[in-house]
Amino acid sequence: MTVSEIFKTMEYGTAPESTSEAQAWLDRHDRTFGLFVNGAFTKPGKECFDSVNPANGEVLAALTEATAKDVDAAVKAASKAQKSWAALGGAGRARHLYALARLIQKHARLFAVLESLDNGKPIRESRDADIPLAARHFYHHAGWAQLMESEMQGYEPIGVAGQVIPWNFPFLMLAWKIAPALAMGNAVVLKPAEYTSLTALLFAEICIEAGLPEGVVNIVTGHGPVGAMIAEHKDVAKVAFTGSTRVGRILREQTAGTGKKLTLELGGKSPFIVFDDADIDSAIEGIVDAIWFNQGQVCCAGSRLLVQESIAEAFHDRLRLRMQSLRVGDPLDKSIDVGCIVDPVQHKQITQMVEQGVAEGATAFRSETVLPENGCYYAPTLLTGIEAGDTLAQEEIFGPVLVSMNFRTPAEAVQLANNSRYGLAASVWTENINLALGIAPQIKAGVIWVNCTNQFDAAAGFGGYRESGFGREGGREGLYEYVKPSYLKSLKDAALVKPHALSEGGSEGIDRTAKMYVGGKQARPDSGYSTPVTSPKGKLISHVGMGTRKDIRNAVEAASVASGGWAKASGHNKAQILYYIAENLAARAEEFQTRLSAMTGVTVKSATQEVDAAVNRLFTYAAWADKYDGQVHSVPVRGVTVAMKEPVGVIGIACPDDAPLLGFVSLVAPAIAMGNTVVAVPSPVHPLAATDLYQVFDTSDLPGGVVNIVTGDRDELTKTLADHYGVDGVWYQGTAEGSTMVEHAAAANLKRTWVNYGKAIDWMDPAQSEGQEYLRHATEVKNVWIPYGE
Amino acid sequence: MTVSTKDITQTADQLPVAAHPARFPRNPGIPLDLDWVSSVQVNTSAVERRAGSLGARRSVKKDYQAAWLLRAITLMDLTTLNGDDTRGKVRRLCAKAKRPLRHDLVEALGVEELNITTGAVCVYHDMISTAVEALEGTGIPVAAVSTGFPDALSPFHLRVQEIEESVKAGASEIDIVISRRHVLTGDWQALYDEMRAYREACGEAHVKAIISTGNLGTLRNVARASHVCMMAGADFIKTSTGKESVNATLPVSLTMVRTTREYEAHTGYKIGFKPAGGISKAKDALVYMSMMKEERGNDWLEPDLFRFGASSLLGDIERQLEHFVTGRYSATFRHGIS
Repeated sequence: MTVSEIFKTMEYGTAPESTSEAQAWLDRHDRTFGLFVNGAFTKPGKECFDSVNPANGEVLAALTEATAKDVDAAVKAASKAQKSWAALGGAGRARHLYALARLIQKHARLFAVLESLDNGKPIRESRDADIPLAARHFYHHAGWAQLMESEMQGYEPIGVAGQVIPWNFPFLMLAWKIAPALAMGNAVVLKPAEYTSLTALLFAEICIEAGLPEGVVNIVTGHGPVGAMIAEHKDVAKVAFTGSTRVGRILREQTAGTGKKLTLELGGKSPFIVFDDADIDSAIEGIVDAIWFNQGQVCCAGSRLLVQESIAEAFHDRLRLRMQSLRVGDPLDKSIDVGCIVDPVQHKQITQMVEQGVAEGATAFRSETVLPENGCYYAPTLLTGIEAGDTLAQEEIFGPVLVSMNFRTPAEAVQLANNSRYGLAASVWTENINLALGIAPQIKAGVIWVNCTNQFDAAAGFGGYRESGFGREGGREGLYEYVKPSYLKSLKDAALVKPHALSEGGSEGIDRTAKMYVGGKQARPDSGYSTPVTSPKGKLISHVGMGTRKDIRNAVEAASVASGGWAKASGHNKAQILYYIAENLAARAEEFQTRLSAMTGVTVKSATQEVDAAVNRLFTYAAWADKYDGQVHSVPVRGVTVAMKEPVGVIGIACPDDAPLLGFVSLVAPAIAMGNTVVAVPSPVHPLAATDLYQVFDTSDLPGGVVNIVTGDRDELTKTLADHYGVDGVWYQGTAEGSTMVEHAAAANLKRTWVNYGKAIDWMDPAQSEGQEYLRHATEVKNVWIPYGE
Repeated sequence: MTVSTKDITQTADQLPVAAHPARFPRNPGIPLDLDWVSSVQVNTSAVERRAGSLGARRSVKKDYQAAWLLRAITLMDLTTLNGDDTRGKVRRLCAKAKRPLRHDLVEALGVEELNITTGAVCVYHDMISTAVEALEGTGIPVAAVSTGFPDALSPFHLRVQEIEESVKAGASEIDIVISRRHVLTGDWQALYDEMRAYREACGEAHVKAIISTGNLGTLRNVARASHVCMMAGADFIKTSTGKESVNATLPVSLTMVRTTREYEAHTGYKIGFKPAGGISKAKDALVYMSMMKEERGNDWLEPDLFRFGASSLLGDIERQLEHFVTGRYSATFRHGIS
């Protein structure tokens, strides 16, 4: 077209980003890559696979499919390097991380172009979002490395971290994984996704340039089984995964009982909530950023539009109009909004899911954008006529497809938002600050964006509730995923305590039967059976109910009901109740001492110490109840990003045999101090210290259902808790086998677990039995982004 | 009110023919809708984010950039609004408006047939006759700033009379300035009445309402003032006088452009937009144009719905076009000044 003709049509034309530097880089490597192990590239392997440009099907390079031997070599290299890397100290590591950040910036355009070639995402996004955010992550964590000794006292590196990352943000996810791991003194073996490994290999080269010690970073390429090899490797102490909930579940099961620390960033079906008083044009632009950013292949994509019914029709009209001007095309063209889907496999899946939605009655609207003839493109799509129970309202599509539903009231918006197994993110649009800040805490999601969406920064944690996974990446909260408490290494195996055979019947005084404690009331066991509790000499002390899965069911029900009110109770209020429990326990100290001595055979002195410690511990958590504050993160937006600490929800707690009163209190008190409700299974051998607490609870204004106690076989009852979809977390103090069982069963709904792997905690030592570690397990961090300014 | 529509129709036939024939029916205005005005919502942070990404979302290169820059010239109200304006200065401005580009560049671009001129020239009242004379036969309209520009604090009847005088003198476009105090005190009725009177005084001349965004404090006020002016019959809404400390910015422009979309959705009338002040680079002009194309479509890349108010933008565009033609970076002195 001549200038004169263009003058008349006023089209954009094309604005292609040159790929020559990226192509030259690939050529320099003969378009064939080995693995990056121990600071050098290996020779390309026997088995290779292609990395393909999804925009045109061209093969970019051949990559090595790592073998078990390769993975082993990488883990060995990491293992070896980790010790000196940790010994280098925070300041030394900070300099390396800083160098990596600088080098990423220096090669920013090469990273961006390579990313867009390999992944199909618009160059605008890789250039303006992925790569700058990745560099920022390294800068930020260089700072954390510098501060580790002072800010992370009592914690040490975990060792070798095995990291498996997805294809949607290949380089950014690498940064999210590697930067905190390295900052905290770990070494890593990372597997990029098979579709998108190239920027990870470029990063490997940068590690050489930066003079990073050999073996600190190892990159192995390959398909899913390679990821499994890493996760399963015995010398990998930490597994970090971002990807599908399906694979996350498998990893949870595979690593169960191994003691490997696990973080999972999984799928989502994040709500995008628009109230009738929102700035509608801005909300619509927000949707563009929510679901058409990166072709909707974003775990936290605002894929579920919830619009207030009063404005829904007009809103949809304006949204459809906006969709018409989205430009879909060559990812390397600087003027396109939506690039291509990463692979034909994904394209097919999106297509099938939308077809299913339409078959179920949804109405599909597609923008009329002309799609390029070749390449893996999918037009931006809006599905209306979807209801909460429909497949597409529940299942993640992972493509540029938005489903829309209506709500009537704020309460209904929350209800719909939470009507999901996922809980990654949410976006709330209203000009009413009361409404926005009122809604944010009610939504079960790790990130809430008020009048914005898809905001990320290294200083703010990111991660999910529910089946969106657990753990956080970014911010102070993310650091704890890459450290472990220093005391762990000194723990001994817990002694196996067996019940003593009944040899002498009869009890002094009036028979006291310890029942279950459910919903603030004593309850008989559903089974109708009781078991004896004996002294070490076999003398019958009392009977307790033999709890079964039905008692657990009832207790969880009660805990769920109590959860809403207790979570909302003020910190001061919770503190008062904990103080009151302590006061009433102290008043009955003698009775508890006697009970402990009788059950466990400890001396009066030890029993007295245990009761005193329990009272003291209650005081500690009463103290914490209104002090375990959130944070305002320093992110580069005009606004505040508030990291709120929220209760996990309903926590099942299996208590230790050791210190039957203090162990129980040490676990239950922090849980309820943070607003959780609890179903506790006391030590099966020494349950009476716990059941005696009913009367203390009853006289201390503890609302019914906040603490529920079910006696019986620990592992059997805990299994039901770990299986229960309505339980959000399980803490387990018991055997190694029991720990495995809990972590394995927890995979079903990816509930948070905290188990002892059969190790014994010294409940009398506050360094390991109380404090912020307990509070951290009792809370979820929710980051609420609130840009401001009129 | 000192002017009736009857007076205007009587003088209408003496008006110069507008250079930009009407493609769409003119906005007659609608009754003031206070519910609508008070329901307007603008989220500043979100608008800033969108405005901030506009420049990164679209890029026009090579031939396309040349064509877009040529189009930018045709969208320009080439302006001089200074106390030291003289007839000579205005004649030079008009000469530039007629032949904004060096002839060799026009030839090299192969766009002789397009007869590129600026969209209009924009002057103070006293310079209208000079401009009309200088532009005779070109079809380039003369726009005049009016109503006590830039502060609009002269007696109301004189402001109205100023419009009438300017129309009589041959201005076919009148850039009025609203009373900012009506916005700042929330007196929408007063703003509406004032605008209505200005519109009537303009008669057939098109009226651009300068809402002076830099004085209004908030984007919400910008949106509300825009809506009231459109309700009162503005043909164009315009950001600034060019005399405020902050003039056209992308966030205020985006806010205003969005109000035109909403107004059209409610009434069916297309309203023009004119950012003024602060747009001096060719690159900025391209961003504004892509904003118009994205938010409103190609209709808003025509001079009847979009103008730049600019005095130094043309110089940069000329340099960019010479660079396109020759491959050499240009210099200011190689292009005729206005």
